[in-house]
Amino acid sequence: MSENHVKSLLETPLKVVNIGLESFSEALVEQGVEVVHLDWIPPGGGDPKLADLLSKLE
Amino acid sequence: MSAAAANGAAAGTAIVINQLRKGFYLDSVALMRFSRSIAAMPGVEEAALMMGTPANRRIMADAGLLNQTGEAAGGGDLILAIRAKTRPSAEQALTQSQALLDQPAAPGVGATAWRPRTLRAAVKHLPEANLALISVPGDFAIAEARKAIRRGLHAMIFSDNVSLAAEAALKQEAQTLGRLVMGPDCGTAIINGAPLAFANNVPRGAVGIIGASGTGIQEVSCLIGQYGGGISHAIGVGGRDLANEIGGVSTLMALDALASDAATAHLVLISKPPPAAVMARVLERVAGMGKPVTVCFIGAGIMPMPVNATQVFSLKDAARTALGLRQNGDTTPLKAPSDIRAPAERIAGQNTVRGLFSGGTLCAEAQAIFIAADARVASNAPIPGAGQIPATPPGHQLLDLGDDSYTRGRPHPMIDPMVRDQPIIDALSDGAVAVILLDLVIGFGAHHDPAGHLAATVMTHRQQDGPVVIASVTGTEADPQIRSVQIAKLEAAGIHVAPTNADAAAWSLLAAGPTVAA
Repeated sequence: MSENHVKSLLETPLKVVNIGLESFSEALVEQGVEVVHLDWIPPGGGDPKLADLLSKLE
Repeated sequence: MSAAAANGAAAGTAIVINQLRKGFYLDSVALMRFSRSIAAMPGVEEAALMMGTPANRRIMADAGLLNQTGEAAGGGDLILAIRAKTRPSAEQALTQSQALLDQPAAPGVGATAWRPRTLRAAVKHLPEANLALISVPGDFAIAEARKAIRRGLHAMIFSDNVSLAAEAALKQEAQTLGRLVMGPDCGTAIINGAPLAFANNVPRGAVGIIGASGTGIQEVSCLIGQYGGGISHAIGVGGRDLANEIGGVSTLMALDALASDAATAHLVLISKPPPAAVMARVLERVAGMGKPVTVCFIGAGIMPMPVNATQVFSLKDAARTALGLRQNGDTTPLKAPSDIRAPAERIAGQNTVRGLFSGGTLCAEAQAIFIAADARVASNAPIPGAGQIPATPPGHQLLDLGDDSYTRGRPHPMIDPMVRDQPIIDALSDGAVAVILLDLVIGFGAHHDPAGHLAATVMTHRQQDGPVVIASVTGTEADPQIRSVQIAKLEAAGIHVAPTNADAAAWSLLAAGPTVAA
């Protein structure tokens, strides 16, 4: 099963959600890749353990 | 955005000031740029603007930058930390830090006005999104990747500082969901012609690359382009994917995907030598691919290969083999140009090579070239057969300056070439060094003019009868920095530029003279 999902990634135009360094978004835009840049702040009030827990609940 | 109380304390004779900005996030590249400009102010000994994650707080404590205000920071707080000779200097630096943080951000190139705050909103805005590119602090990277794969996206994790156990758990879940996780610590990928993070603008073609190494992928993909071929996809898997604890989950998924990918006719697999059990699993999968595969386990000895696979020992030979330019047993001719100073002209005792690399795999490839030439070599990141620094006595030394021990809390030398200045200056005046060997990696994500910076450093600090400098440039003519322009700048500074990293390593050995008996 897993191969088919990865295969489709390789066969479909890349569309990216960028989470972190803004320069990565800029480089993708310059290459004509569709990208949404997340206005990210550390979740869980900046507590990594809470952020980890929240990611499992979302 | 509100400033919490500043707190100053004397550390020895120096003054340490910390201030927090609660819930204020800036990316690490922007913060490192600010930190450097504050640290350069008069009277300032050290400065860091960092998010208050546990890992960052440890780095700041080790640097003598943290007091009780900073220690109380959470991962969502920005810490402004300054150590200065006097209180007025510290306070002036703090004021300047605040001004830098308060300046309006320049709008990104082509950036959309609206920016979602959550992945859920981002996917709603771009429903066909198929990949999350994650470069947040390592403490939060797995949580973001988990959200991404559960929403049906594949993930590329550029962040490092992620535990092996967390990587294993994430990749197992991703495998169950049929999603690919590239990374953590994945610096390079090219998917469907789109370069991600640190990658080069290479032509499209029939060669697919799977690599546990960013600069390894960059060198091979650029050489394939230079030799007339092109890349279908280059999939990074992260430096630990082939560790026993991970078991090569992403490598195996990538092999399966490229096996059935119509655009890929030939595969190149690049990694450090994996442990035996993982290697067996990977080679078994390679054997069933039905496509030719070039296997480059840098630093490995000769090993049995499936009939459809060819083992090579350098990145250069990986590129040549993938394009059918090299037959088994054909060794690359390596000739140094005649204008490199001959060993006889060197002054006594000047007989070692000092390699100062920004790319880990380029450093490993150079070590492999040295070992194949029976030259004794040591490194901070040794491959099998090389000595470990500092335990090994002085001789040829090939250093990976992008290694974690050099980059903790500092930018990577590919982003900021200044990181390499001091080691280069030291080597230029070291009486035992005959040759300084360097790599220069350009492309997306890299510094805008590393050659200009390197040339100025070498010209300013070179000494009469000092070492010769040999370099290679990993990149393409289509990269923003333009490879030929970078080469011309190096050559104008008297730096010898070899066509590949492997050639540069071989040239440096020839120029250094007889093998060093360390």
